[in-house]
Amino acid sequence: MLNDVIKNLLAEVAGIGNIPTAGAFNIRSNGKSAGRNSTETIQIVSKEDGSGIDIIIKPGTKNESVHIPALISETDMHDLVYNDFHIGEDADVTIVAGCGIHNCGSGVSQHDGIHRFFVGKNARIKYVEKHIGEGEGGGQNIINPQTHIIAEENSFIEMDTVQLKGVDSTKRISSAKLAAGATVVIKEKIMTHGQQYAETSFDVDLDGEGCSAKLISRSVARDSSRQLFRSKLCGNKACYGHSECDAIIMDNGIVAAEPEIIANDVDATLIHEAAIGKIAGDQLTKLMTLGLTEKQAESQIINGFLK
Amino acid sequence: MLELKNVSFSADGKEILKNISLVIEDERFVVITGPNGGGKSTLAKIIAGIEKPDSGQILLDGQDITNWSITERANAGVSFAFQQPVRFKGVTVKDLITLASGKDLSTAAACEYLAEVGLCAKDYIDREVNSSLSGGELKRIEIATVMARKTKVTLFDEPEAGIDLWSFKNLIDVFEKMHGEIKGSILIISHQERILNIADQVVVISGGQVAQVGTKEEVLPGLFGVESGCRYFKEAQHHVE
Repeated sequence: MLNDVIKNLLAEVAGIGNIPTAGAFNIRSNGKSAGRNSTETIQIVSKEDGSGIDIIIKPGTKNESVHIPALISETDMHDLVYNDFHIGEDADVTIVAGCGIHNCGSGVSQHDGIHRFFVGKNARIKYVEKHIGEGEGGGQNIINPQTHIIAEENSFIEMDTVQLKGVDSTKRISSAKLAAGATVVIKEKIMTHGQQYAETSFDVDLDGEGCSAKLISRSVARDSSRQLFRSKLCGNKACYGHSECDAIIMDNGIVAAEPEIIANDVDATLIHEAAIGKIAGDQLTKLMTLGLTEKQAESQIINGFLK
Repeated sequence: MLELKNVSFSADGKEILKNISLVIEDERFVVITGPNGGGKSTLAKIIAGIEKPDSGQILLDGQDITNWSITERANAGVSFAFQQPVRFKGVTVKDLITLASGKDLSTAAACEYLAEVGLCAKDYIDREVNSSLSGGELKRIEIATVMARKTKVTLFDEPEAGIDLWSFKNLIDVFEKMHGEIKGSILIISHQERILNIADQVVVISGGQVAQVGTKEEVLPGLFGVESGCRYFKEAQHHVE
């Protein structure tokens, strides 16, 4: 049985209202498993040392999904978990992870989820990760996700990661190593409020002939929040890499971008684009001429930007 | 009815508009023309509320809207198509047309506006209004957006500028159709002879003042007869082509 707080978090993070009755899933609640199911093609097993789970997806598994949300409703809780995904060759699956914290106390609630993906040849995965924090207690919500991807030949990984509210501090570390013909597309959306701090770090090695990486980060820093965006694309063969950091700053928000692109092969094509600034005045004016108030125009622009 | 009474505006110590008085009757198709730098765009911005006059009054149907915000004027029935349309990351063409219409719009209804401006709706309706669109595409979307508003006063600031690969005749058709369908006034800032030719009324603004107001029959020969007048049209041809 899940309590209502956990159910709400589950709906926000994974789009499901309760423990599912079918499909592969593992629901982690306050550091313990609250429900798990394996299917014929997707096995979820605990690691022997108890540090996390292995998700083993059989080669050729198509059109299936696996949900592994982690939820915290207790204050003074530090949850650390190591989850490994083994995706068989030619599989095509959707993986929904993410973390929700509801901290009613004055202590720190923290989740550190360390995920490794071993993506087999020609496999395709869509990985969706949503992080939210809430609670009235004044205690800090901290989420530090790590995503490490080993992409074999001609595999395709799309990662959507979103954090729009309630997380006081986050350090998001992602890395990928790409073999020949592999593609990784990472889309990140972040909004910070109050005194929040968000740090993002991407480190991608483009090791194989014809591999490609696209990193797109869109963020909004409001109030006195701060963000740091770091990205490093290393082109070691004929490859294509593109990173893009686009940030809107409001109030006293601060955003720093530190891109790095390194071409170790004459046929590597690497691009970085970064733009940081407040909402353009003519954008507000245009929407006001359509009848929106300045506040409505601002929220329309932000919502579109983070859509 | 839109009325400007003794409107003056200056910026950076320079007088841009000097004591402009103008009456735009309902359901009129009015073209404002005149040399570049004469104050035409500023006048449109003053009407839309983007700039506030230093002195003078603006009346809409007899109500003084001089101190109204952009939003209040928009909701009272003033629309403004920018000379240089704005780009938005993440806001789609459909979002913009829906916001403009002020109500939930079906995709089919939004598509009709795009078809009017010669864009294949299915290719554009879900596109973001960002830098992937050309200047000409943006301009047409801008026109579709103000068409969706159906307001009593619609201002266009040089709609012909940047209209590429789309026959100029279509633009004229759009204006004529709008004029017929929306029972409102259309004010177009333009140098284009063919737009001037469909005007009920032509206003010449020069040096920040109203130099002449009249029907096209009254005003156009004067413009053509003057060396400087011909210059506007040459510039306009250059813009369009």
